[in-house]
Amino acid sequence: MIGILASVIDGVLVGAVYGLAAMGLTLIWGVMNVINLSHGAIIVLGMFVVYFLTSATGASAYLGVPLVLALGFAAGVVIYWISVNRVIGQPILMSLLATFSLNMVIIGLGTAAWTTSPYNVPVSLPGISVRGYTFTGTHIMAALIAVVIAAALYLFLRYTRPGKAIRAVASNRDAAELNGIPTRQVLSMAFGLGVALACVSGALIATLFPFTVLSGGSYQLKSFVVTVLGGLGNPAGALMGGIALGVVEGLATPFTPVSWTPIIEFGLFVITLIAFPRGIFAFSRA
Amino acid sequence: MNESVSQAVAKAAAARPRHAFGEELLRQARRPFPWLVVAFTLVCGLVPYLADDVGLRESLLLAAVYVTLASNLNLMIGFAGYVNFGNIVFFGLGGYIGVYLATAWHVNLVLASLAAGILVGFLAYLFGLGILRLRGAFFALATIGVNEAIRAFVTNFEPWGGATGIYLSMDAYEPLGGPMNGLWICYFLLVAVMGLSLLLGYAIKTSKFGLGLLAIGQNEDAAAVLGVPTPRYKAIIYSVSGFFPAVAGSLYFFKSGIIEPTSAFDLTASIESIVMLMLGGAQTVTGPVIGAFLYEELRGYLLVSQTFSHFQLVLAGALLLIIVLFVPGGFMGWLHGRLPRLRRWLE
Repeated sequence: MIGILASVIDGVLVGAVYGLAAMGLTLIWGVMNVINLSHGAIIVLGMFVVYFLTSATGASAYLGVPLVLALGFAAGVVIYWISVNRVIGQPILMSLLATFSLNMVIIGLGTAAWTTSPYNVPVSLPGISVRGYTFTGTHIMAALIAVVIAAALYLFLRYTRPGKAIRAVASNRDAAELNGIPTRQVLSMAFGLGVALACVSGALIATLFPFTVLSGGSYQLKSFVVTVLGGLGNPAGALMGGIALGVVEGLATPFTPVSWTPIIEFGLFVITLIAFPRGIFAFSRA
Repeated sequence: MNESVSQAVAKAAAARPRHAFGEELLRQARRPFPWLVVAFTLVCGLVPYLADDVGLRESLLLAAVYVTLASNLNLMIGFAGYVNFGNIVFFGLGGYIGVYLATAWHVNLVLASLAAGILVGFLAYLFGLGILRLRGAFFALATIGVNEAIRAFVTNFEPWGGATGIYLSMDAYEPLGGPMNGLWICYFLLVAVMGLSLLLGYAIKTSKFGLGLLAIGQNEDAAAVLGVPTPRYKAIIYSVSGFFPAVAGSLYFFKSGIIEPTSAFDLTASIESIVMLMLGGAQTVTGPVIGAFLYEELRGYLLVSQTFSHFQLVLAGALLLIIVLFVPGGFMGWLHGRLPRLRRWLE
């Protein structure tokens, strides 16, 4: 019994990180109705930034988090102006292909530079032991950082001027433009934020599990599952959805082989979409 | 654009008399484009044979496979507006079914390929009923999922050799008159499949069914309101777009003499066919041909070149991005914009 409880708690911890990744996806989606298919590749970039940072300076991976956020934001703004700006408002096919081609470029360059062999970021944190079950320190730390960033995002969107501008553009782009909000700049900022969230979740995942250049695909799938669980364009739901997915994974792992995980996730994805098209945790939009 | 298609659908539904099949065929035969396709197919088939050039045959064979994939993908992406990222699953699964029938059951190659096409088309219809409820990115992701799921299944399916796949022995080519002859026969059949794919694309484009698909691609809800039976049309086109790729897969892997899961369900090949389609121009019948030939040339050059051989994916991605951002109509879209009269000749 306590074993199952431990799996659930660990699932919650890892799930918070998944939620952070999905938040990046769902923010971009909600604000500009663009589905970012380069999400997985960007998560991988976050992983490699942390890897090179720790291996070059020997500093703790967690000190790199603010830097990853800043770099991710800058990269996101650049990506927006290069590949997304022109397809805003066009049929969904165009933004899918534009972001997907970006995914190919990043993965292709990454494979050429770093091959597809596995990497890992060495982190040592003392865990917490309860009755013989140990909760890994890295999982607790990653979940804490994820929750702090999620809370910061919420406060930013709720109370600051640029945050309000993002929400205004999300709810009605034309009306926002008429009220003097520079919508394109706001969109680029929202895209930058989404990419920054993806990068930092990648950085946190890198401290939990080993990764390769191609790991992005599976985290992208997880992000999509979380997004549909939480309801589209709903950052608060994304955190709940992430935790739910983490718990499902944590409960499934002892009973099923690892190679089944994508199939379970994919099934969850399709079933949720068909049964709960608005998401299971669909509160009012943030 | 949006409005014009909806209006056209309404008009076609209201005004166009129902032609008998024979009449329709005659009407089409008076137009130049089908004959262009036939002539092109014959040239592709005969030139390497008459010149007895095996190198040319191999490169045209690959081009024929590409054209088949891109042209059938066009039915989904160009007409219905649904991005199928996992279209290679038709090709791979068709290959497995055809090769298995031809080797284990000694079925005639043509029959085995047809069976592969029909079976894959049927499976696609069943899958389509489920995943076509999803739209946009969800559908795109689901198609990747279908490809991965079938790859996982085949990798664990012992009768098909599991992860090692099926190897053909030389005896497999005996019914075709030995390996030398067999390769030529496979080539002719593949070129024929290419020609038929193009004719299929043309037939669908000029039909009421095709108009309905275009309407779905532009605005699915509006199309449904105007009386296009969207779920049925989508499932049919998903299934139809699987038929020829499956036949081509069966012929291609029979010709290669080996089929294994990694190469049969290669997602990169899927993406490459999207690049070809966008390069040549979606929503046109000629576009996939031009895109496939251009891409094959480019790819051949990149693979040989020292500097670029590692960057195939990067360049394909960059190419796709440039097309999507600056020439969304592809080569044919650009050409039609320049020479509007050409629309009547090159569909």
